[in-house]
Amino acid sequence: MNPPSTALAEKIGGPGSGETEELISGSEAISHVCRLADVDVITAYPIRPYDTVMQYVSQMIANGDFDCEYIVAESEHSQFEIVKHASAVGARVFCGSSGVGWFYAFEALAVTAGLRLPMVAMVGNRALDDPGAFGVEHNDALAVRDLGWMLNWVETAQEALDTALIAYRVAEDPRVFLPCAISCDGAFLTHSQAIVKVPSQEMVDSFLPPYDRGDKQLHPDNPITIAPQANEDWLMEMRRQNDQAARRARGVIIEAYEDFNAKFGRDYEPFLERYMMDDAEVALVGMGTMGMPVKVAVRKMREQGKKVGFVRVRWFRPFPAVELQEALGGMQAVGVIDRDYSFGSSHHSGTLGTEVRSALYPLEKSPKVVTFIAGLGGREVTADNVVETTDMVFDAAEGKLNDQDTYWIGVRE
Amino acid sequence: MPETTVESLGSFLETQVLDPWKGPKKVIPEEYYTSGHRTCQGCESAQLMRLMAKAGGPRSIILGATGCMYVANTTYYSTPWVVPWMHTQLGSTGSAATGTAAALTAMMRKGKMTKEPINVIAVCGDGGGVDMGLSAISAALQHLHYNLLILCYDNESYANTDIQVSGSSPYGANTTFTPPGKVHRIMHKRWKKNTAAMLAAGHPDVKYVGTVCTSYPVDAMNMVRKALSIGGPTFIHSLDPCPKGWDYDPKYSHELGELAVETGMWPLYEIERGKLKMLGRSQRIVNGQFKRKPVREYLMRQGRFAHFIDEDYDYVQKKTDEMWEKWLIPGVIPFFE
Ligand SMILES: Cc1ncc(C[n+]2csc(CCOP(=O)(O)OP(=O)(O)O)c2C)c(N)n1
Ligand code: SF4
Ligand SMILES: [Mg+2]
Repeated sequence: MNPPSTALAEKIGGPGSGETEELISGSEAISHVCRLADVDVITAYPIRPYDTVMQYVSQMIANGDFDCEYIVAESEHSQFEIVKHASAVGARVFCGSSGVGWFYAFEALAVTAGLRLPMVAMVGNRALDDPGAFGVEHNDALAVRDLGWMLNWVETAQEALDTALIAYRVAEDPRVFLPCAISCDGAFLTHSQAIVKVPSQEMVDSFLPPYDRGDKQLHPDNPITIAPQANEDWLMEMRRQNDQAARRARGVIIEAYEDFNAKFGRDYEPFLERYMMDDAEVALVGMGTMGMPVKVAVRKMREQGKKVGFVRVRWFRPFPAVELQEALGGMQAVGVIDRDYSFGSSHHSGTLGTEVRSALYPLEKSPKVVTFIAGLGGREVTADNVVETTDMVFDAAEGKLNDQDTYWIGVRE
Repeated sequence: MPETTVESLGSFLETQVLDPWKGPKKVIPEEYYTSGHRTCQGCESAQLMRLMAKAGGPRSIILGATGCMYVANTTYYSTPWVVPWMHTQLGSTGSAATGTAAALTAMMRKGKMTKEPINVIAVCGDGGGVDMGLSAISAALQHLHYNLLILCYDNESYANTDIQVSGSSPYGANTTFTPPGKVHRIMHKRWKKNTAAMLAAGHPDVKYVGTVCTSYPVDAMNMVRKALSIGGPTFIHSLDPCPKGWDYDPKYSHELGELAVETGMWPLYEIERGKLKMLGRSQRIVNGQFKRKPVREYLMRQGRFAHFIDEDYDYVQKKTDEMWEKWLIPGVIPFFE
């Protein structure tokens, strides 16, 4: 893996812009957020590919560029428990993991959301090991989708940096108080460099208020009992509050993007990225760095007159059902490409496929949804794969392909 | 005290100065663990919670792992804790202490919180501490710049889940996972882990490790106060008679604690800045001033050993004798010449 070296591209920010441009990876981009957000407690544990972020963080601390309590834990379980407790005391925290490491921390992940403790974590998406694989798959982060974690997938190092800042703002908003994981595709994003605009401290300070736990802070001045034991007599009301927080997160995310776009001069749509969707007749849907080959293929197919567009889902939790209904409602067919699996699920698709199908089902005239699995274990999804996939979506639209099944793309028979 | 000290490593938060209470009459009347808990009658672990909270005082944060001291103790709408308290997962006691101390350290250093010494005490049972959480406790004891105390209340079983054997259960005990049967009288054949000494030996920079028993409450409180004052991570292991798990009349809790010490099955000692000191009866055992009572006197009083026959008592006696007569440091460190 790459040693932590900050490859500084020419600094062309200039006075007034407040941003500098650097040639950095997704991991390094997120490490800048740790510094700019003045995170108080960070815990690390080695596992590829997320761990590069901790290499950058530790180097910044060693160089005196950044001050925090930085703890190399003895397991992921401890890694996540330590920051969970630090967050309860009111400290801003950062953490992360990949694949089986994320699963090793699963108990901590569950209770962090249950306790309404904000935390920002980076998941460097990775296969769940045996047979020892460490290429990208999305099953790791997706496993927490039912627990109250907010989840998003980013495509570029720039989006990783920007989304991490937005994640702090949303997670720590008292209306939400939920953890948020930023998923970066292993290798494709964690380790690939691109030019990234790194904002100034002033810009970040104008956007991100300090974390204030208010009367939920664990401190002798506020002697509360956190998580006293409760069963059927109270638990449903508590779970309901988590549900309400997860519902409120939607509005808070929209607010945060509006403010972020205004202050940072970006034009993100909060939940989705739409690519050549204006007059599209069929659409592909996917998450993460798969967006790059898909866009190349979509451009190519457009030149050939195929009316295909692409919707990249940025936030998986809260799931943008409304936006997807609006974006995909008019399609003849929709092809969802999962970089994950959900063995034995309805239609044998991945998890995104199931969610998209479910989001579109209530529509008066819902499009046909056909599901695909591609890119597992870090296998490259090529533009040719995407063209092949799109042709199948057109076939499904014309009723020439069974839309009740899932098709594996780029796999040996 | 060794010559190299961790103070040279960097900036540290101050600790509270909690002087020992010289005798029961000097103990403050205030309680920080009060009514509201639902523990069994005669529960010595609950007693330990009370003593610990008193010893630490109001400027403390207490973290408690899953177990009886959570489920039977800290119920929604009837919490007994006057001081701030938070649950932690069964194996997370070390992490809870570390995270809390790290947050205080960072926030006080950066001016995000008023600077003051705050006690961080994390509590776990033997299942949570001796078994599942051992690795996190060990890690916590390596972070020398955090002030924290890990207190293991050892009722010698996974009590809350209905009394199952743990790595800290005594040889031969009848638990719901190790019941005596027609073919196998003894289902639990492991020897109780030597946890406090193991942690002290493995983390020699830790300034305070000790063993206590609530049958000696003032000593126990003073040891908690010493651990909190001395700075850095510290560990105290308490043996707590448990009427339900050990199967005896609750009125004998105090007596059984004493018997555990007097038979030599629970040695009392502290290791302060690397210096070992045997305490109370255990000290007198080592000095030859007190003759250990036969283990049978202690074991016979508990239903969990009701299936024992002579050879079982003899075996426990032999192992206990070894501990005091053959060990490199009697009652503390094994290895033979
Ligand atoms: C990860 C996990 N595994 C199992 C349990 C079930 N459990 C709840 S309390 C408990 C007993 C813990 O025993 P100990 O730490 O000795 O505390 P005690 O109940 O004896 O007070 C167990 C096993 C749990 N809460 N969490
Ligand atoms: S089972 Fe034992 S430890 Fe648990 S409450 Fe009862 S006496 Fe206390
Ligand atoms: Mg126990």
